[in-house]
Amino acid sequence: MRKWLVEPDFLVERDLDRCINCQVCVRQCANDVHYYDEEGELVASDSEHCVGCHRCATLCPTKAISIQEAPLQFRPNGNWTAERIRAVYKQAEGGGILLTAMGNDRPLPVLWDSLLLNASQVTNPSIDPLREPMELVTFLGRKPDRVKVSAAADGHVRLETQLGPQLRLQTPIMFSAMSYGSISYNASLSLARAAREAGTFANSGEGGLHRDFRPYADNMIVQVASGRFGVDVDYLNLAAAVEIKIGQGAKPGIGGHLPAEKVDAEISATRMIPERTDALSPAPHHDIYSIEDLRQLIFALKEATRYGKPVGVKISAVHNVAAIASGCVRAGADFVSIDGVRGGTGAAPTVIRDHVGIPIELALAAVDSRLREEGIRNQASIVAAGSFRSSGDVIKAIALGADAVYIGTAALVAMGCHLCQRCYTGKCNWGIATQDPTLTKRLNPDVGTRRLTNLLRGWSLEIKEMLGGMGINAIESLRGNREHLRGVGLGDRELNILGIKAAGE
Amino acid sequence: MNYLIVGNSAAAVGAIEAIRAADHDGRITLLAAEPDHTYSRPLISYLLAGKVAGERMSYRPADFYEAHGVEAHLGEEVARVDPAARAVTTAAGHRFEYDRLLLATGGKPFVPPIAGLDTGGVFTFTQWDDVRRIESHLAEHAVRDAVVLGGGMIGLKAAEALMARGLKVTIVELADRLLSTTLDAEAGAILVEALRCRDAAVCLQTTVDRVLSRGGMIQGVHLTNDFEIYCQMLVVAIGVVPNVAFLAGSGIATRRGIVVDERMRTSAEDVYAAGDVVEADDVLLGEKRPIPILPLAYRQGFVAGRNMAGLDECYHGGMAMNSIEICDVPTISIGRTTVCDNCSDEGCEVLVRRDAKQGIYKKVVLREGRMVGVILVGEIDNAGIFAGLIERQLNVEALKPLLLSSEFGLLSLDSEYRKHMVSGPGIEV
Amino acid sequence: MKRIFAKEHLCIGCRLCEVHCLVQHSKSKRIITAMTREKSHITPRVRVQESGQVTFALQCRHCERPRCLEACMTGAITRDPKTGIILHDADKCVGCWMCLMSCPVGAIQRGREGHVASKCDLCQGLDVPACVENCPNEALVFEERSR
Repeated sequence: MRKWLVEPDFLVERDLDRCINCQVCVRQCANDVHYYDEEGELVASDSEHCVGCHRCATLCPTKAISIQEAPLQFRPNGNWTAERIRAVYKQAEGGGILLTAMGNDRPLPVLWDSLLLNASQVTNPSIDPLREPMELVTFLGRKPDRVKVSAAADGHVRLETQLGPQLRLQTPIMFSAMSYGSISYNASLSLARAAREAGTFANSGEGGLHRDFRPYADNMIVQVASGRFGVDVDYLNLAAAVEIKIGQGAKPGIGGHLPAEKVDAEISATRMIPERTDALSPAPHHDIYSIEDLRQLIFALKEATRYGKPVGVKISAVHNVAAIASGCVRAGADFVSIDGVRGGTGAAPTVIRDHVGIPIELALAAVDSRLREEGIRNQASIVAAGSFRSSGDVIKAIALGADAVYIGTAALVAMGCHLCQRCYTGKCNWGIATQDPTLTKRLNPDVGTRRLTNLLRGWSLEIKEMLGGMGINAIESLRGNREHLRGVGLGDRELNILGIKAAGE
Repeated sequence: MNYLIVGNSAAAVGAIEAIRAADHDGRITLLAAEPDHTYSRPLISYLLAGKVAGERMSYRPADFYEAHGVEAHLGEEVARVDPAARAVTTAAGHRFEYDRLLLATGGKPFVPPIAGLDTGGVFTFTQWDDVRRIESHLAEHAVRDAVVLGGGMIGLKAAEALMARGLKVTIVELADRLLSTTLDAEAGAILVEALRCRDAAVCLQTTVDRVLSRGGMIQGVHLTNDFEIYCQMLVVAIGVVPNVAFLAGSGIATRRGIVVDERMRTSAEDVYAAGDVVEADDVLLGEKRPIPILPLAYRQGFVAGRNMAGLDECYHGGMAMNSIEICDVPTISIGRTTVCDNCSDEGCEVLVRRDAKQGIYKKVVLREGRMVGVILVGEIDNAGIFAGLIERQLNVEALKPLLLSSEFGLLSLDSEYRKHMVSGPGIEV
Repeated sequence: MKRIFAKEHLCIGCRLCEVHCLVQHSKSKRIITAMTREKSHITPRVRVQESGQVTFALQCRHCERPRCLEACMTGAITRDPKTGIILHDADKCVGCWMCLMSCPVGAIQRGREGHVASKCDLCQGLDVPACVENCPNEALVFEERSR
């Protein structure tokens, strides 16, 4: 049956006064939207397959192309929006699960925008970060309950307590787990290199560590997920830290699926699976059905790495996240990563992405409060994830109790991603979420590295400015310091969970 | 150091540029038989055709001698070389001494013994003076018909120029096709067709055996096939031979041309030679022979200049190649293009592509998987890549399906070769 | 001297280099005018070669010992003594195609400007040639490299 009910999402408009028929758009669109009409000797466009990635519009040297949302095709309806109707048509025609990618795009309230930061006036001086030292260095890992020091006869003080393994971050921002396979070689390489240049960490994701990225392993956290792809003792020992992936904010409770066509020779070798076979991550770890099981895996990994590396657990922010996080810490996790409902993905069922999980702001506050109440906050670091769009979001997360944050979407955007949400098609025109060699070329890893490094630098400078304004000269003095946050437009319940006062209080 | 250069064309200029790049102080003296500033000999046909003006004839800018510190004696034809005394003597009796001497006297037109050639209206066509003579002939006489004897490069360009001047031209060529040394019959036929379209006549497999004249002026020519062609001028353009007559008695070894080694040294100490006057290595034949083409003249001159200035550089041999556009049909031939036509040797192979509609004819000659020659008619782009492949004698077996296509380019070649060809790591793969 | 180098593994085949080369060598230097009204008589000096996944942009290599200069019968091709750039003077050129026959990389073309050859001049007067400046993936670089 002809799929005649599904109309295109976008309308490609070409300003013929500006179009120079250079065909750059034709060559750049992997979806074959633009074509050269030999007879008419001009470039034309067919909107049907446009995904709205803006590759053509960006590269068009005369800015002749604009991508519009397709004009209203349905009778206006506040409930049955065009998007809903379209989704029903698609499913009525295809009968399958609708897929999407990147983070939740529903207009959920973003609480970061309801939180405001404090600054010093008169009674306590602010600090100018250009004149005075400002410390962003952050250590991730288990901190002792108390420290014992001894004073030698010569007056030197020595630390007697032995500290567990720590990750040293120059800035409290890391790159989220994005597997080689879900993103391209060049994108992975850019992340690894930028992490090294900025003195922070990238996360391998669950797809193993390509041999070419092993030189960057000192700045990489490796994941052990339900599929156990690419996990062997070398993988664990090369990395700076190990993260057990239980869940992902974009798709809590479900597994992953890298389609066979993306599993080429390199990915097959990296994941340690046969070429051109589906890489299926089960929904649960089949050896983890309890906190005790989790503890076994944590300690198995600690044994495998001779207690030399922090081992963390990544969970998605779900309803009882605080209790789960507490269990993770008690199971021996040196850090707990919490991924909120707006976290991204390379592929997920739309309905899961859009409707499952809770926002990171509330989850983070709940976890931090819970661990404090239980007196175990020192036993693990908290890494918050799930859509940090600016340094403002980052610093608010730290004030809410995070030790550091993971950025995924922001990193991809820095590399050129335009959030078209079609990662799962493998036809990323920006060369990021694809394995097609003609497309992966489009991301020059030198450019990717530079842009990521610039982003981290910019955000770090901004964080220093904001810290200085608050009269704080070290990021750790802000951690969990909720006095520096005030809420606007929030109800009592949210304020309580966030543990902050309303603006004006 | 006292350098003496005899000659004023590509080889001489190449040598001067090489010497000056290496030696700022040495004295360079140049002797030239012709009175003109260094000019481009191949441009004489363009000059005659009216496509370029006199001031555009210069091969180098007007300040060339001055900028390169050259003391140029123009109009001084060398009559004798005395290597023992390290001196040359000119026809005017002037004597010039040297520490290093370059002989770059080029070629002179070959004129066969034809009865009646010594009449008015008969010309050769290799230098500016020939054009001046033809111009005055055209000015003084009512010339409507011209015969060009020789269907080679010079003959065809002369014919084209005369056609541009409104003359009815007949080309007479002894061989069975035009450009017989570089083109095959099929390519030659395309040129014949193009010439005939422009109203020129071409007579093949015959030659002029008698010039008909009256009152000291040409009236026509008689051909060996007993035809007679009425004409008011004849251009004899059969070819050039190395200009070595002045070396008689000098002791400098010559065969067809001056014999040189890979450093362009002659048999006499500190005497070098370069250009159309020498016979140097032909990389495809593996023997020495004169290849009178401008690119090799410049390169040989340059190599000679480097060696004269005390550097050490070898000339690695050259091969025949020519580009000629006749009646808007561009033609390039490189290397040995007819060698395999009648050859039953198993290692030989000829690939041909014809596209009459677009006027394309392309032919590649391979021997044992290596290119030895190519003819390109109509579509000549990327010809230099073929030249490189022939010169380096690379195995192109794998490229055979691509060689003749319009898409053939650097990209078609092995990535290692690409890297090498773009001088250093030019294209990273 | 600084030369242009192409990174084949990064060339995305968009041909923006060709567009900007043409604009740079146009009279108007305005992209829309150049690409519409002037296009038919300007040759892009850089050409993208493409076959499957392999693409790269090629322009004159400005060789140390240029074969085109050797072969140029009119003296139209010269080396700038100060910069080392191999220049082509279209006013002197008569379109004999000897340079085209000699260039081992195929970087010289029959130009649209008239019956003359066309080749890269490294955008005389610009700090960075237009093709390099406008390559969206930095697949072209302009730098000094030891040989």
